[in-house]
Amino acid sequence: MSATKKLTIARAMAESLAQEMRADPKVFVMGEDIAQLGGVFGNTRGLFDEFGGERVRDTPISETAFIGAGVGAAMDGMRPVVELMFVDFFGVCFDAIYNMMAKNIYFSGGNSHVPMVIMASTGAGYSDGGQHSQCLYGTFAHLPGMKVVAPSNAYDAKGLMTAAIRDNSPVIYLFHKGLQGMGWLGNEPAAINQVPEENYVLEIGKAKTAVEGADISIISIGIGVHHALKAALELEKKNISVEVIDLRSLVPLDREHIIASVKKTGRLLVVDEDYHSFGVSGEIIASVTEHDHKILKTPPCRITFPDIPIPFTRPMEQWALPSTEKIINVCVTMMENK
Amino acid sequence: MLPTESQRIWMYRNMLISRYMEERIETIYMEGKKPVFNMANGPIPGEMHLSNGQEPCAVGVCAHLEAEDIVTATHRPHHIAVAKGVNLKKMMAEIFGKKTGLSGGRGGHMHLFDSTVNFACSGIIAQGMGPAVGAALSRKLQNKSGVAVAYIGEGAANQGAFHETLNLASVWNLPVIFVIEDNNWGISVSKSASTAVAKNSVRAASYNMPGIHIEDNCPDVIFSETKKAIERARNGGGPSLIEIKTSRLAGHFMGDAEGYRPKGEKEQLIKEDPLPIYRQKLIDANIITIDNDSALVEETQKLVEQAITFARESEYAKPEEAMLHVFA
Repeated sequence: MSATKKLTIARAMAESLAQEMRADPKVFVMGEDIAQLGGVFGNTRGLFDEFGGERVRDTPISETAFIGAGVGAAMDGMRPVVELMFVDFFGVCFDAIYNMMAKNIYFSGGNSHVPMVIMASTGAGYSDGGQHSQCLYGTFAHLPGMKVVAPSNAYDAKGLMTAAIRDNSPVIYLFHKGLQGMGWLGNEPAAINQVPEENYVLEIGKAKTAVEGADISIISIGIGVHHALKAALELEKKNISVEVIDLRSLVPLDREHIIASVKKTGRLLVVDEDYHSFGVSGEIIASVTEHDHKILKTPPCRITFPDIPIPFTRPMEQWALPSTEKIINVCVTMMENK
Repeated sequence: MLPTESQRIWMYRNMLISRYMEERIETIYMEGKKPVFNMANGPIPGEMHLSNGQEPCAVGVCAHLEAEDIVTATHRPHHIAVAKGVNLKKMMAEIFGKKTGLSGGRGGHMHLFDSTVNFACSGIIAQGMGPAVGAALSRKLQNKSGVAVAYIGEGAANQGAFHETLNLASVWNLPVIFVIEDNNWGISVSKSASTAVAKNSVRAASYNMPGIHIEDNCPDVIFSETKKAIERARNGGGPSLIEIKTSRLAGHFMGDAEGYRPKGEKEQLIKEDPLPIYRQKLIDANIITIDNDSALVEETQKLVEQAITFARESEYAKPEEAMLHVFA
């Protein structure tokens, strides 16, 4: 094992990018404010100084153009990593994403590759309003042809980024603003962890058991994992043993890992900051029940964002978001529900 | 044509309101954010995009507009909202996220909607242009009066929506005016680094409409130059594209370190601050005196303070009211 150092997710992403850019001249980065500024969320910091403007390219505010260009460059043999500053901005460029980036491998019968990464910030909780706060996990995961990852900590962030860059398929890399370690968007200390200096790959599509438990399986991703881990500590005091699964990837979804956990605990709670209906939480519950609904001792539960645009004002937004407190309450109720 | 005396005072007065409001927001925004700057904290959380320096673009155009005319603004909307006559108290309460705000706190500072004066804004670059075109179409189809004005920043001129809406407005000969506030910066990326032409107004030629470039960040000049475009739209002459060279005296948002600005730029912009320059211009023209300027300053500050007090003293809506108004 190589030496490690403590990094934020932002620094871990930048480190993976730098190492991959050193190793492979085909890797380049483009997006808004990603060059001198180092990305609004810090994940390209230092790249411009090391690699210069040819490989670390600031773009105009022209997502349709530069994400479409990413598709073309990827199909021509480059490995573009393209930043969509806020995932909410996908609205102006989605054709390039879901009709081309996600489908061109298939349309070519596998003869073309699209080794492209889109990294985009997600997440609410700091009153940025309904156009700068969404997760949209389910939106991307629903449409075939894109792998979708979302790290909850720096170690995973680096390994997933390296895997995403080396993947010959397009990968949507969703990082939560509340976990970036930027300070001005708050901090989650548990997201800042030891990261090997040497580069490494974390296989896309593999979930991780963040903490083992016997009574309830909490399945989550990104910031929800941290809510769940905090809840697990509190629930332990109430003699409720919670197992927390960090999905890390939504596509491919590690259904085996989820089912194995629920088989053990018999109870399933999904925590997802994305909208409630037609999304990730429903998919996970369906995956378990269609496998074998008899493994469930109680009805499955989910804590999600209600089906409303994300409100600006703090009381409404905080009320609507998943939280540690909500998880504790639901878990207690699930255990009472014999 | 120059604005009349009363129009000039109207423009100056609205600049005063907007500027003082921004200065107060700047201070209040930092409450609860020291010593650690966390956007989530304080009475005004979230992103805050100030419009100091861009007030002439708002007043110079909106001086020609009535309540029935439609305006769509950007993520940096305050100065335009003020000039369009958006209710100050409700606007401030919205910025604070209070129940008495324009949308009860659901929108926030990037999503100010006041249907009584036909004002709306969106936080996504260039995306207010389509709705402006649609509103203009609606007036045309209903044979109703009124024009639509879509404000955007210079960075938005590189969005697909910009080109698509210009073409559509021209093909359908709609009463809409596109106003670009060119403050030279799309967050940290300069206009020259992002834009293939030095003046976006030349792009009007591609869509067969007049393109007007205004070099001077002065309300009088903007008023005079935009008058023809708005009259043209009112008289069925179709759309126009106007670009105004203006200045963003603050950062992109509060907390922006502005390290991307060339040395001395900020100091130069502050020297060219359009507000004191316009004040002096009105004094020199004997339109205001130093005495009645003080009275005007006092009166407008009082208005803003009243709005702030209203916002501070208002209650938050109940959290579960978040569920209301998803559908009509």
